[in-house]
Amino acid sequence: MNLLKLAWKNIIHNPLSLLLNLVLLALGIGLIHFIFLLNFQLKDKFDKNLAEIDLVIGAKGSPLQLILSSMYHIDSPTGNISINEARPFLREGHPLIKRSVPLSVGDSYKGYRIVGTDYSIMDLYEAKIASGKKWQNLYEVTAGSAVTDMLDLEIGSTFFSSHGLNDDEDLAHEHARFKVVGIMEPTGSVIDQLLLTSSESVWAVHDHEVEDHDHEEHDHAHHSGDMSRAHLLEQGEQDITSILIQYQSRTNFQALSMPRNINENTDLQAASPAIEINRLYDMMGTGTKALQLLAYLIAFVSAISIFVSLLSSLKTRKYELSLMRVLGGTPGTLFTLIVLEGVIMALLGCVIGLILSQTAMATWTQELTDKYNYPFSAWQLHGKELWLIAGSMIIGFLASVIPALMAYKTDIHESLSSSK
Amino acid sequence: MLQTQSVAHQYKGTQRFQFPDINCNAGETMLILGQSGVGKSTLLHILAGILQPKEGKVQINETSLYNLSGSKRDKFRGKEIGLIFQKPHFVQALNAFDNLILAQKMAGQTPTPEKIKALLESLNLNHRSDAMVYQMSQGEQQRLSIARALVNEPGLILADEPTSALDDTNCAEVIKLMETHAQKVNAALIIVTHDKRLKDLFQKTIELK
Repeated sequence: MNLLKLAWKNIIHNPLSLLLNLVLLALGIGLIHFIFLLNFQLKDKFDKNLAEIDLVIGAKGSPLQLILSSMYHIDSPTGNISINEARPFLREGHPLIKRSVPLSVGDSYKGYRIVGTDYSIMDLYEAKIASGKKWQNLYEVTAGSAVTDMLDLEIGSTFFSSHGLNDDEDLAHEHARFKVVGIMEPTGSVIDQLLLTSSESVWAVHDHEVEDHDHEEHDHAHHSGDMSRAHLLEQGEQDITSILIQYQSRTNFQALSMPRNINENTDLQAASPAIEINRLYDMMGTGTKALQLLAYLIAFVSAISIFVSLLSSLKTRKYELSLMRVLGGTPGTLFTLIVLEGVIMALLGCVIGLILSQTAMATWTQELTDKYNYPFSAWQLHGKELWLIAGSMIIGFLASVIPALMAYKTDIHESLSSSK
Repeated sequence: MLQTQSVAHQYKGTQRFQFPDINCNAGETMLILGQSGVGKSTLLHILAGILQPKEGKVQINETSLYNLSGSKRDKFRGKEIGLIFQKPHFVQALNAFDNLILAQKMAGQTPTPEKIKALLESLNLNHRSDAMVYQMSQGEQQRLSIARALVNEPGLILADEPTSALDDTNCAEVIKLMETHAQKVNAALIIVTHDKRLKDLFQKTIELK
């Protein structure tokens, strides 16, 4: 019967107030942790996928939408731009641009986006072929590792694309049968979630749409399987969605003024990922802060609740505590006992809160993963948990220190005489 | 075993209690009798090391009780003095057995479950070992508090009105129980009471006035 065990028995002897304390603290800590997890996951995903992209060029519209649709593939694109307009940024040898990646997006398969592009995207995300080969001919697809995992695709699998990002059978283009010719190694970035094909394949799907009834007459002349940038630039009338750009040098003054030049002097829009993502964090931040404040408030209330329950238990246990002194316990013993009770309760509440938030995250990540095709991982520790546990122990200590002092100062002669 | 010398106490603004000297040997039983208001509880608390008297000396074996520092006195009390109260009080969150273990732990002793089992058996409580204290009858609680006073085999057992709530039959029984067990561990037993039924049962009696 050491003090720890006695403290534990005392706590569970009063299950109702224990329940109240645990619920409050678990709620507070759980909420704090959940907000942290959510922020962490989102930032992690956003940051990982920055991929050193300095600029995204696309059609006019919301810059954030352009970023979200072109870099994170979680929004619909702002519109199309013609290759003629985009030519200066796509051609090789631009003095400010190290790498440019054309994207033609709009279609998807079971929620996974089909991106018409060339091989430069693999350099951008440092992706490698795990098996099979790169896409080249019409309707050939190289799939990201997460897509193949989730959809059970393998080399030789075929599928029809559907319009937009929704998995809607009514919107399927049933004339264009894509075929998987290669699978990429996992990179941890957004490319794992993509089905890569040639820009020509994306155009072909939609050309068919227009020329639906002249199917037989449609010639496949420009489906040459030529993946060179020069060949792409020859298709001046065709549209692409956006261009991802890496600068030669991020500190070059001309490069820094490029977005403004584009926005002011052309029909194109240039958006900087760093700025837009920070703006997104700011928008999320306001809501997060309010929630966080609420969470801290609940944690504070739980501290008061622990304090009150210990204090009221002192009153009913006044004789019991004197008894422990009679049995040889010192004032220090009683102090330790009460503090232990507070700290154990706080610790228990904290652990329950952490389990709650992890469970909520696990449930919710499944939903997020389904919705955005981003794998969110719930069951990982960040070191933040240690801080929360330490914080709860401090809450438990602070809440119990006054009752513990009162127990310390118990006048046993008086309380033994009065409770006769 | 227990010796007091000119012990006196005075609460703030009230009358002064002057207590007669007490001398009780190991294995002896002594009765301290008195009406309410003559300072019975005060004396008991002084003997138990709970209340420092304004004057006088309390000596248990070689130790002068009030020369010990506060927490040393607590530990000494736990080990050397067993207290039995009028109304038995226990730690409510613990069962009968664990209350006795606690008494050993608090006194800084290593728990001896076997000894506790034997003690419970000798007090006819072995079947209530796992019971919560508040589920036990008054008589069982009384016997359990005797067990607790004995568990550390103290040199001195102090009983505060142990019989006032009991009928004649139970009264005699409890007194006999206390005496036998105190003698078994060779402890001095001091019973403080206003219960006149006990007056003729003991040879050594001090009456407080």
